[in-house]
Amino acid sequence: MSAVLDHPSVHGHHSHAGHDAHHAPTGWRRWVYATNHKDIGTLYLLFSLTMLMLGGVLALLIRAELFQPGLQFVNPELFNQLTTMHGLIMVFGAIMPAFVGFANWMIPIQIGASDMAFARMNNFSFWLLIPAGVMLVATFFMPGGAPSGGWTIYAPLTLQMGPSMDVAIFGLHILGASSIMGSINIIVTILNMRAPGMPLMKMPMFCWTWLITAFLLIAVMPVLAGAITMTLTDRHFGTSFFNPAGGGDPVLFQHIFWFFGHPEVYIMILPAFGIISQIVPAFARKKLFGYTSMVYATSSIAVLSFIVWGHHMFTTGFPVAGQLFFMYATMLIAVPTAVKIFNWIATMWRGSMTFETPMLFAVGFIFVFTMGGFTGLICAMAPVDIQIQDTYYVVAHFHYVLVAGSLYAMFAGYYYWSPKWTGVMYSETRGKIHFWWSLISFNVTFFPMHFLGLAGMPRRYADYPMQFADFNAVASVGAFFFGFAQLYFVLFVVIPAMRGKGQPAPQRPWEGAEGLEWEIPSPAPFHTFETPPKLDASATKIVA
Amino acid sequence: MTRMYKEAKALKTSFAGAVLMTTWAGLAHAVQDLPGGPAVNQLNLHPAVTKIAESQAWLHWFMLIICAIIFVLVFSVMFYSIWKHRKSVGHKAADFHESLTVEVVWTAIPFLIVIGMALPATKVIIAMKDTTNADVTIKVTGMQWRWGYDYLRGEGEGIGFISALDRAQRELSNEGGPKSGADVVDYLLKVDKPLVVPVGRKVRIITTSNDVIHSWAVPSFGVHQDAIPGFVRDTWFMAEKVGDYYGQCAKICGKEHAYMPIHVKVLSSGDYTAWVEGEKKKMAALADDPSKVWALAELVKRGEKVYAANCAACHLPSGKGQAAIKPLDGSPIVLDADHGKQIETVLKGRNVMPSWKALSDTDIAAVITYTKNNWSNKTGQLVQPAEITQARK
Repeated sequence: MSAVLDHPSVHGHHSHAGHDAHHAPTGWRRWVYATNHKDIGTLYLLFSLTMLMLGGVLALLIRAELFQPGLQFVNPELFNQLTTMHGLIMVFGAIMPAFVGFANWMIPIQIGASDMAFARMNNFSFWLLIPAGVMLVATFFMPGGAPSGGWTIYAPLTLQMGPSMDVAIFGLHILGASSIMGSINIIVTILNMRAPGMPLMKMPMFCWTWLITAFLLIAVMPVLAGAITMTLTDRHFGTSFFNPAGGGDPVLFQHIFWFFGHPEVYIMILPAFGIISQIVPAFARKKLFGYTSMVYATSSIAVLSFIVWGHHMFTTGFPVAGQLFFMYATMLIAVPTAVKIFNWIATMWRGSMTFETPMLFAVGFIFVFTMGGFTGLICAMAPVDIQIQDTYYVVAHFHYVLVAGSLYAMFAGYYYWSPKWTGVMYSETRGKIHFWWSLISFNVTFFPMHFLGLAGMPRRYADYPMQFADFNAVASVGAFFFGFAQLYFVLFVVIPAMRGKGQPAPQRPWEGAEGLEWEIPSPAPFHTFETPPKLDASATKIVA
Repeated sequence: MTRMYKEAKALKTSFAGAVLMTTWAGLAHAVQDLPGGPAVNQLNLHPAVTKIAESQAWLHWFMLIICAIIFVLVFSVMFYSIWKHRKSVGHKAADFHESLTVEVVWTAIPFLIVIGMALPATKVIIAMKDTTNADVTIKVTGMQWRWGYDYLRGEGEGIGFISALDRAQRELSNEGGPKSGADVVDYLLKVDKPLVVPVGRKVRIITTSNDVIHSWAVPSFGVHQDAIPGFVRDTWFMAEKVGDYYGQCAKICGKEHAYMPIHVKVLSSGDYTAWVEGEKKKMAALADDPSKVWALAELVKRGEKVYAANCAACHLPSGKGQAAIKPLDGSPIVLDADHGKQIETVLKGRNVMPSWKALSDTDIAAVITYTKNNWSNKTGQLVQPAEITQARK
């Protein structure tokens, strides 16, 4: 088939002659027994793409139901299942694994390492995703249907759910274990396997953001595991952590969940910042402005993310001091985030820019993500949040940062690095169609939701007062266009690339791109940097 | 402050007008604004009826304007750069990539802006949390999927009732919503019995819940407080205008989450007093004697109403149930000559079914009797309120 899927016979100029006859398995064994970071990266990306499509179908069912007031397609029970599973699948099945896929592919070749530190654990952490993903999807077919308490699985509503809740909890546990293993692997790889001559402060930004993200993951995934385990024992073993009937505290669940949940949202955006920080300099043909401050800004976002969870809970009835603390702390996050935006724009300033698809998505990211950042600031203000919490305003806000943020960055990253992965260039026309189509339909879908939220339309509603009808209709139409744009991406960009269709990619397809990934041929050989490369002073080039 | 708010309001009106005229004219649903509830294609927060809601609206405009200014400034720089510093216009890349001064400046400026934003909010938070010296205290109990209102203190003390969505509207929803062209102005917002409060007096709302977390939110008052089972939380409002105000449950609480609206009727002092008196009289007349012994037909008739108001949403009017919800028609528990199991189910809930202990003994007895003698269930059994009183002990 293709460069990506073919059995690797190409060897880069870095591979040893003696390794020519390596004994990698072929056929299905190549994937099931995969220990090569590139193969595992591909598996991660394909898995997350599948989940993205599945989660997207659920989203479109939601939007179809909400196209008009009244129930037309689904009953309220199924509607709640759809919103819940859309959230869980997108967060845990699509976005998180996709970034791990990027990390697997790019981190070793960006730091000049031969592979990830723990190759077999890498295999395990991927293959754990499959049963977990199957479990999440299978909940729909269980008696009583899928969990329907929202992706935040607030107790004590979860105590009322049917058996599918237990299956979802088990699935989340497995996903958590997988994430922790992935993170350990990434941390050890980055800290120990950088090529000589690459100190941390010369490391590509994508590696930096992932290093920080990995620490966040290790810190908070066990917290989620704790929360859902307590839910499980409340459900079946007579404990009452969250069950008020036994003296438990439902708000405690929210504290624990959001202590995980808020760092989690940075887990989903920091690697995106990393990707954007690589792409903007490449297409501005100018070094990243303020590299050091970018590293510090990312770290401070990570640290702050642990002390702001309460802003998800302003309506639970915090005392004055609690509301003030969480409001101030949350608003502080605007500072490092602003620094990042300023640095990207300063990188573009007086550059020599071209706008191939990766750059389009990167600029689109900066523009639209910033809107999500501003609405985040508005949500952070406790008195205003009282009005908009649990309304469509919040739905708009987090889709601006997760879709126009994380997802756009992944598209940018895909267009930027796929020539290296597949050995073929994507079609620039198709890339541009995908970008403009996505950008416009995204805004048509989610911008009206700000108005709906301000007007007080609560989220997770299967039906709504008629005054909200028009904006909902617009959002639904936009959502279907957005969905088709992603189908177009899969059918006309990804699949052709996997089948090796397209212009052969040069080693460095982007004039201004710097970094070790562009020092190896396209497609990247099966094994790279088997011996550590010698780097120049900037740690971006190999010296012979 | 006020001037800025007024300007912002004018801006909003003209923007809303433009949007209405151009984009939305002619879309299918002809519907009017609902005063105190949502307006058609409303673009901003509800018109404020309390001081708190007014400050919230002011803060929102304040934030929105600052954010919009920053947005325009930052992105004009970006788009200027995109326009001028392109390779295709022959721009050569400069070589700068570090400046401590610049970094310090653009860390400090956002920091100061953020402080400036948070300060006015602080005052509002403190005011929002001050629930002391209330004139009327009302306990709001969230339950799947209705609101219970109990007047605990102040004028009206002792009044208590349950407020649920109008049943016809709930059925309308199942039927696919209001027909095109139909103007159901309060669709999904009409309740059988609104909460009634006096104008210009401080009303303290104490929230709690019987089952899962709900959230009592009335946008016009700027009030939004979770109702948490096992705990009490409070909030307050002082409505400045007589009228009807609407809200909806804001925290996902299960299947009928979208169907538990809030309707608050604000009355003038005199009207409120009259309402309280009327209510008290009605309560006295309606009070059931739980030791009364009922005849079958009488109890079935009452049970039919209780069933329709509380049970039919899940078990369906046909008693057939749906998906995880068990049918009552032909159910062994319902048919059982031993009443205990069914009484326990109603009082304590079972699996997905919540507890219905909030209903009165007479209502529970009536609805159980009704299910035992309706559809194909012709048991002839009669459950008296006294049995429920006994079972509660």
